[in-house]
Amino acid sequence: MTASRSERPEQFFLEKYGLSTRSLESTLGRALGQRIDYADLYFEYQTSEFLSLEEGIVKKVSKDISQGVGVRAIAQEKTGFAYSDEITVDHLLSAAKTARYIAEDGAGREAVPVHQAASLSHNLYSVEKHPIEMPAAEKVALLQEVDRLARAYDPRIKKVMASFSSEQKIILIVTSKGLVVGDVLPLMRLNVSCIAEDGSNRQVGSFGGGGRSAFEFFFEATENDTTKKRYAHYVDEAARQAILNLSAIDAPAGAMEVVLGPGWPGILLHEAIGHGLEADFNRKSTSAFSGRLGERVASDLCTVIDDGTIPNRRGSLNCDDEGTPTRRTVLIEKGILKNYLQDRLNAEMMKMPLTGNGRRESYAHSPMPRMTNTFMLAGESDPGDIIRSVQKGIYAVSFGGGQVDITSGKFVFSASEAYLIENGKIGAPVKGATLIGNGPDVLTKVSMVGNDLSLDSGVGTCGKDGQSVPVGVGLPTIKISEITVGGTAA
Amino acid sequence: MEFEIEHAEALLSRAKALGASEGDIVAVEGESFSTQVRLGEVEKISSARGKRLGLRLFFGKRSAITSTSDLSETSLDRLLSDTCDLAKIAEEDDFSGLPSGEACANSFPELDTVDREIGALSIDEKIAMARQTEAAALAQDKRLSNSDGADFSHSYNERLYVASNGFHGRFEGSGVSLSVAPIATQDGKMQRDYWYSSKRKFKQLESAESIGITAAKRTLRRIGAKKVATQKVPVIFERETAASLLGHLASAVSGHTLYKGASFLQDQLGKQVAAKNISLYDDPTLPLALGSRPFDGEGLPSYKKMIVEQGILKSYLLDTYSGKKLGLPSTGNAVRGTGGPPSAGPSNFHLLPGDFSIEDLIRSVGSGLYVTELIGFGVNMTTGDYSRGASGIWIENGKLAYPVEELTIAGNLKEMFKQIDMIADDIDATKSIASSTLKISEMTVAGN
Repeated sequence: MTASRSERPEQFFLEKYGLSTRSLESTLGRALGQRIDYADLYFEYQTSEFLSLEEGIVKKVSKDISQGVGVRAIAQEKTGFAYSDEITVDHLLSAAKTARYIAEDGAGREAVPVHQAASLSHNLYSVEKHPIEMPAAEKVALLQEVDRLARAYDPRIKKVMASFSSEQKIILIVTSKGLVVGDVLPLMRLNVSCIAEDGSNRQVGSFGGGGRSAFEFFFEATENDTTKKRYAHYVDEAARQAILNLSAIDAPAGAMEVVLGPGWPGILLHEAIGHGLEADFNRKSTSAFSGRLGERVASDLCTVIDDGTIPNRRGSLNCDDEGTPTRRTVLIEKGILKNYLQDRLNAEMMKMPLTGNGRRESYAHSPMPRMTNTFMLAGESDPGDIIRSVQKGIYAVSFGGGQVDITSGKFVFSASEAYLIENGKIGAPVKGATLIGNGPDVLTKVSMVGNDLSLDSGVGTCGKDGQSVPVGVGLPTIKISEITVGGTAA
Repeated sequence: MEFEIEHAEALLSRAKALGASEGDIVAVEGESFSTQVRLGEVEKISSARGKRLGLRLFFGKRSAITSTSDLSETSLDRLLSDTCDLAKIAEEDDFSGLPSGEACANSFPELDTVDREIGALSIDEKIAMARQTEAAALAQDKRLSNSDGADFSHSYNERLYVASNGFHGRFEGSGVSLSVAPIATQDGKMQRDYWYSSKRKFKQLESAESIGITAAKRTLRRIGAKKVATQKVPVIFERETAASLLGHLASAVSGHTLYKGASFLQDQLGKQVAAKNISLYDDPTLPLALGSRPFDGEGLPSYKKMIVEQGILKSYLLDTYSGKKLGLPSTGNAVRGTGGPPSAGPSNFHLLPGDFSIEDLIRSVGSGLYVTELIGFGVNMTTGDYSRGASGIWIENGKLAYPVEELTIAGNLKEMFKQIDMIADDIDATKSIASSTLKISEMTVAGN
């Protein structure tokens, strides 16, 4: 079952599970208790589908339906949380009672009145037909075409793996402040991996993309080449990277100048800055950025934004998972730290405004401050000039994952496509290497910012405390005057 | 369990009536509790019950899987029809199918994986455990003035697997863990580390006091960490970080990585893949261990096998599918969730301990790195190229000298396993992937 475009989430849940406004109100009353400041219910019905191709055949086809409700009660900085995958009045009441335990509260309150459902402040993914509703046969055909194109790219491409995943999430948030808000969120992703072989040398290349869009997205022309459809661009990139890496030499080791290409290398911002600015760590003074609002944390070339309102992006949301409308938050303006990313609990405790960053993986997880789409604004340098300004360093254009130690500020991210730069020219490709730096000072070393901001293609997933949420990143070409590159060629 | 063997069998026979040639069902039901205390105050209590069911059906060589958390009759009706529809879309795969019923386990080892007593603990007692752990940590030093909190959590899961080849089996397991992450501040700089104990049963847990003291020591020893110059030196991996190397090895010998041609140990069976002092086994039958289970994800028997013996690769980790692809029988290492087909992976994957003490390893190093934490994902399974962020303690003249951070260590896993020249004796064999502290003779450490 998927919600039709005309159906509203509140109707969907109330009708499907035989609940009434009255039962929601009494559950909230039960969760609220005398010493509880805030309570909320989060209903979720998620349908996901996954198809994958390897060895030329679509071998795996799977579908999942998850439903449930999470009940949360907050008393100052304390949170009580319970969930149930059965959505019935009895289960709601029992979860509410467990959540209330946090305040050692004996009794609940009377029913808490809730309002009519609020309309969403944004309409960022109004999609005629959600990708999950498209016939699976069309997805099979797309994967087969991807396979054919990848094999045709170069005879050295020996293995092709491709997958298509799509999901639809219907959510309804009901809070003790009377707010009732729901949303229906589409999401999809196409991934391509190729293994190139040359004798005993085997190398991998991967690329993908997607977003909160319609299936047709993959058949539209790319931004840079009007003759190339997006899915074909993904194939080219994956195959090109695998072939390129066949000739990669050992990466250098040590501190050096590094130029990051536009788009996905924005993962730098996500790891180095973004996590450290999440309000939970700052309220607890456990972040390397704690207490530093108003201070310089980057060179004046750097303005960093978190924006959950970009239409159709993977990291975008009409409202966060606490019902707060998403917005554009300036994290760093011309090098000065301006804002943290807030959820309700931390904003309340820190007496700061909500930013629409309270997110959760599902009904089975409780919300916390998370990023949406995090990027740096474009500067004025020509990307070619940035490369030409480097005597000896590396140029990294694609990355795998990254990680950060919030407290010490140390972060890493791993290049999957990178080149030497010598005397201002791009040279030989180098093997993947991890870059390591210190969050609070890496952006102070940004000495050039390109005029070519681009957002990633829509593949990011962020993990925190065991919860995964889709995110986006973006970056113009930038030069960092010094960062440690973890190669083997000392 | 709400969903019983007879429900599963009924669903599978309805599938057969709809034309399915084979099928299986995984049903999981569980509950969990966790509480977090920070600076002495309860910060979070969370309690959950969940269940999930996965149905896989084969129509000849085609197959599909659907799963759901909704076990109502109408939901299962839909699950059945969805699975049939999806299986028709999948393409024929000659290697697909269940193992034969005769190959499946018909007796199950007693693994002692369930804590029957934890239910007797009250929420207040659980909170007290977390509180004591944090208090023990913070009491160790004035510089430990902040904390990321202490957690006490436990869970219980019951798993039912029923297949149309006649197999049905049930497995219960519990887990309990206690941890704390103190933060030390000195000269305006913060360091965080943690310690934990994670076991099948409450009575196996390390004491709150001991966890707190270890966490405090680990955090305090990081204070004043600096970078060092880029150089090639011996690197000692403390047992927790050493276990991550075994994790990479387990992925490299998994049949699913191998048949895709994506492993750095492609075609290495019977060959020297590690130093002669390296022997490791996979054993799902160890009582009380976290990776133990009475049968694998396809109902095949659990048994111990050597994976590497004196450096020679003796066995892969295989399920039926990857075994067929590689022309080998399953090793009983199918790993199965509710939402996807089986993969192949380790159960309890343990490196045999060496004869040395940790001190012997440190004493053998003139100048080198003792790694206590690794971050990042810089491991290429296909080539073996390895480059990760590291922090730890610098060794000078055979002694732990001063803390270091913001370093990377790099090499290639193919060489790294051959360069392990000393193994200590400190393994905790109740963990699923476990190693003792070990030393690699040379890696590139990048810093300044």
